Amino acid sequence: MLRVDELSAWYGEAQVLRGVSLEIAAGEVVTLCGRNGAGKTTLLRCVMGLHQGQRGAVELDGRSLAGQPAHRRARAGLGWVPDDRGCYATLTVAETLSLPPVVGPSPWSLEQVYEAFPHLHARRSAPSTTLSGGEQQMLALARVLRMGARLLLCDEPTEGLSPLLVAQVGDILRQAKQHGVAVLLVEQNLHFATTVADRHHLLAEGRVVESLANSEVAAREKDLLAYLGI
Amino acid sequence: MVNFLQHTFNGLVGGAFLALLALGLAVIFGMLRVVNFAHGAIYMLGAFGAYVLLTEAGLSFWWALIVLPLALALFGMALERLLVARLARLDPLYNFLLTFGLTLILQDAVKSRYGVQSSPYDAPAILSGTLDLGAFDFPAYRVFVLVIAIAVCVGVWWLLSRTRVGMVVRAATERPELSTALGIDVGRWVTPVFGFGIGLAGLAGVLAAPIRAVNPLMGADLIIVVFAVVVIGGLGSIFGSVAAGFAIGLVQAWVQALGEDWALLSQVLVFLVMAGVLLWRPAGLFGREEAPA
Repeated sequence: MLRVDELSAWYGEAQVLRGVSLEIAAGEVVTLCGRNGAGKTTLLRCVMGLHQGQRGAVELDGRSLAGQPAHRRARAGLGWVPDDRGCYATLTVAETLSLPPVVGPSPWSLEQVYEAFPHLHARRSAPSTTLSGGEQQMLALARVLRMGARLLLCDEPTEGLSPLLVAQVGDILRQAKQHGVAVLLVEQNLHFATTVADRHHLLAEGRVVESLANSEVAAREKDLLAYLGI
Repeated sequence: MVNFLQHTFNGLVGGAFLALLALGLAVIFGMLRVVNFAHGAIYMLGAFGAYVLLTEAGLSFWWALIVLPLALALFGMALERLLVARLARLDPLYNFLLTFGLTLILQDAVKSRYGVQSSPYDAPAILSGTLDLGAFDFPAYRVFVLVIAIAVCVGVWWLLSRTRVGMVVRAATERPELSTALGIDVGRWVTPVFGFGIGLAGLAGVLAAPIRAVNPLMGADLIIVVFAVVVIGGLGSIFGSVAAGFAIGLVQAWVQALGEDWALLSQVLVFLVMAGVLLWRPAGLFGREEAPA
């Protein structure tokens, strides 16, 4: 579904990605692990079309996304779940949910969203920035599911959440996966990553230094945790 | 008491102009982060346009009220496409300078054709009398101005808060990058929003023609006050700019009512209020601190 080929990116003079290549098929969850500054968020931003100053190819369903602005990429099926959860002070929860256009073949209905997230229903008339951190994260995920996005770009969706909420994020991602949704997941929480992902890419200094199947991670967990510096 | 009511009424009418102009500025600033210095010149073009339409084409006030805001909105959209958009990626100061230069050009163009003296413009006959609303006789035209201004402000509030278009504009205004990543074509809304803000200034100008001195500098005198109003309300806050517009109009009228000795104070009052508000709330009464980029 998604193919990234020899992607390099710069912030001004500083190169943050150095020829990253990876592929994700429909229904696959792939994580990007690595220390802060390894280039994980930049990679997501490049795929979304939010980063100026990149070279290399990004293809969705075999079609190049080069030169496409972010809103076109969203309409092509990319679901953006940013690390700051992307809430608005001037939009209510209900408005935040219905802001993006429906782009995919199997979008969640508003009823489905509210059934899965009763908290969002209870707070639907409140400005979305007034939700708790966990609720904001659920809102960000619910929003891209309601779009019917086919590939979710999730930047640390479990960061700062309680174990209970982390488990819920896992449930949502696995459920999406069952419906054929692909996920590119930036994740520092290795343990969580192994509960949802099929494959993992370890990023360091803008390069993919290692690619592992989920089964390989458990065997080398200590090793990897040390590498991630956690 | 009757006197107080009268001053209050006049303050609301004065505030109506400030509110319409501040509303346009706030809408434009919110969407484009452009401080449109030419807003006063557009207001002047609205008033002068009404005068020119009447004297040179024989078109009545009612025609002017419909045609000029639309024509100026189109002018604004062309201006945004041809000039403002080119500078959008640079320091905001460049667009400030652009609109400042444009102001000088527009003012001097009108000045060279019509001179600096004020041109007379009468309210339409049907609104030339007074309305007896109990307490005292209200000049009908001023009541009309107040009703139109309130209707426009309520209409804009409704559009922004209750419609899908308004929701998209709010989202695009608050977080442009996030909104594009969610599939909103933010760029598509920039030109119409700019044109809309300019159209509001034009409308205020047409409404001003029968009760304000119509001359090339009428906008230059007013725009500085309007900037202060926008800052008091909170940069980019739609509600704040309208509320501050009416509030400043009221306070100015009340201070003027105290007599000649207070005339000077009524002129600088708005700036004193602005300084006070900024000390107390640096983002303005209804403004939010800018989120870090």
